[in-house]
Amino acid sequence: MIHSHPDKARAFVADDERAHWHDKALWFVRVKRDRGAATVPEWEALRTAAEGIKAHTLSRLGAYLEEFEAKAAANGIQVHWARDGEEHNRIVHGILERHRVSLLVKSKSMLTEELHLNPYLEARGIEVVDTDLGERIVQLAGEPPSHIVMPAIHRKKEEIGELFHEKLGTPKGLSDPTVLTGKARVHLREKFLSAQAGLTGVNFAIAETGGFVVVTNEGNADMGTTLPRVHVASMGIEKVIPRLADLGVFLRLLARSATGQPVSSYTTHFHAPLPGGELHVVIVDSGRSQMLSEAHRRKALSCIRCGACLNTCPVYRRSGGYSYSYLIPGPIGSVLGPHRDLAGHASLPFASSLCGSCTDVCPVKVDLHHQLLVLRQEAGEEKLIPLGKRLGMKAAAFAMARPGLFRAGGRFARWVLRAAPGLARFGPAAVWLRGRELPEAPRESFADLYDRETAGKPEERS
Amino acid sequence: MTARETILAALRASGAEPVPAPPHPVPVKQGDPVARFLESVTAVGGQSYRVPDLAALAAGVAKLPAWSSPRRVSLVAGIPGGTVDLEAVDDPHELADLDVAAIPGELGVAENGAVWLKGESLGPHRAVFVIPEHLVLVVNAADIVNDMQEAYGRITLPRPGYGVFVSGPSKTADIEQSLVIGAHGARSCAVFVVG
Repeated sequence: MIHSHPDKARAFVADDERAHWHDKALWFVRVKRDRGAATVPEWEALRTAAEGIKAHTLSRLGAYLEEFEAKAAANGIQVHWARDGEEHNRIVHGILERHRVSLLVKSKSMLTEELHLNPYLEARGIEVVDTDLGERIVQLAGEPPSHIVMPAIHRKKEEIGELFHEKLGTPKGLSDPTVLTGKARVHLREKFLSAQAGLTGVNFAIAETGGFVVVTNEGNADMGTTLPRVHVASMGIEKVIPRLADLGVFLRLLARSATGQPVSSYTTHFHAPLPGGELHVVIVDSGRSQMLSEAHRRKALSCIRCGACLNTCPVYRRSGGYSYSYLIPGPIGSVLGPHRDLAGHASLPFASSLCGSCTDVCPVKVDLHHQLLVLRQEAGEEKLIPLGKRLGMKAAAFAMARPGLFRAGGRFARWVLRAAPGLARFGPAAVWLRGRELPEAPRESFADLYDRETAGKPEERS
Repeated sequence: MTARETILAALRASGAEPVPAPPHPVPVKQGDPVARFLESVTAVGGQSYRVPDLAALAAGVAKLPAWSSPRRVSLVAGIPGGTVDLEAVDDPHELADLDVAAIPGELGVAENGAVWLKGESLGPHRAVFVIPEHLVLVVNAADIVNDMQEAYGRITLPRPGYGVFVSGPSKTADIEQSLVIGAHGARSCAVFVVG
């Protein structure tokens, strides 16, 4: 099992044309986000408010969850609590079994990906259909999502045409997105009409009103919750916000950050079951309370899953979602994965240029690149980075603390590069030369040049 | 301990220092909200119309190609010509072949073309806003607000426990980022502003 980001990225970057296509597709979304943000004069003030509301909520999360639970119960919603994935999956299966559900239609939920709900239910004889178009595509392909908002962003339309031909029996050779979407609409409508239950995630749960909000562009969450009489919603403990009015802040940020849209097509507020139906909310911890208890990790729980940090990340765009060992790729996943299990995801904090663009676009101001840096330090302290790299860092620290040695080393390195440039392609530096050209080594260092130019001119030395 | 007790105990023990709730920023008003709303509806893939009164509304809706299809629902007092009576429908699955539904909106949002539909405006079946091929939404000019923050200032707890913002037709860009209108819900969304 390959875990390290560079190893997992190898196949993706080997296909130069596709890597560039992926990079451009994601950058296009980033540009749309910029245009969307620019239409709101108070954008930065909204980010600050969203950050503050999340920090406030996390500082009294238990109280808000209890308020949500009490109000939701008064609204006729059945609230369940689950410590981990196993408990969550058992609760969901129990509800479905009681209603003799054989087909469940799901809208997008990264939480249920995290908890491996689909295989759990499938092993117990329940057909689970992901109904977001992108999610249905990756489900039919037997893949996980490669992006949290656009799950099939890595797939080309011709491949999707081929997949639909194989799995849905559509004519061979289709590649027009409108035609393919039309085929998926017919296929999924039949599923919506025959399912006995629908499952959704939760974008925001409101403590004050005891209800929750789900946003989609396709309307799949709405088809899946207005036709079947049973609706199960899975939410992480961090999804609660204090007041209905807070939605005004978050919804102005969410879609603009995700796709540049001023708002998603459907923003549905659930505050009671369908007449004669049942509405269940399963509140899941699964490691989140642990993250909350560590002050330097806490802020990662503010994430509203817009995907803006993925779209802007130069490493994500050029390496694709499947290069990451955690199920959420990109900067936020490289923070969340190692926060949960540093040893299991030790390469992820290094899958970043630390340029800070992720932090700049984050609508709730998660300090992503700072957290990545902290995680690098933790990985170093716990000896989770390769020995060669650790020794190299030690050697560099030793030399940098001794200017004479540092300058001598520089002279030697410049001589080697001039005398035998091919030599650098062997040994520990070789990895840097994959896909890179060596610069021509100058005869003298900046320090030499500086000393020469300012010799005898003490007034210029400062 | 139950899962609930375990989780709440862990949260109490998390040691997070109290952080006060921040104020919300005051949005800058950007021009005439009705004009902006009409533009936004178009920008999100819908069709927008402004009509002076209910007579003009009825005439405008009658002219829509979608309204000439046979299976029509009207939940709007000023729009005659519905052919399907929702009260006579027991099961929303019977609405699978619904062509078009006209629904009254409580308010419209200038910044994004969204129309707030409250639960009781949907009649006996919530599915009516998402299952038809085409959607007609109606909102009074006086009920257009500037932005979502202003909208939530006017929305009270949805009763009977349901409400939805609809912004244009159903759409997806999941295949190569190409925008396709009509993913699962309505393929078209005509919004009429009255007054």
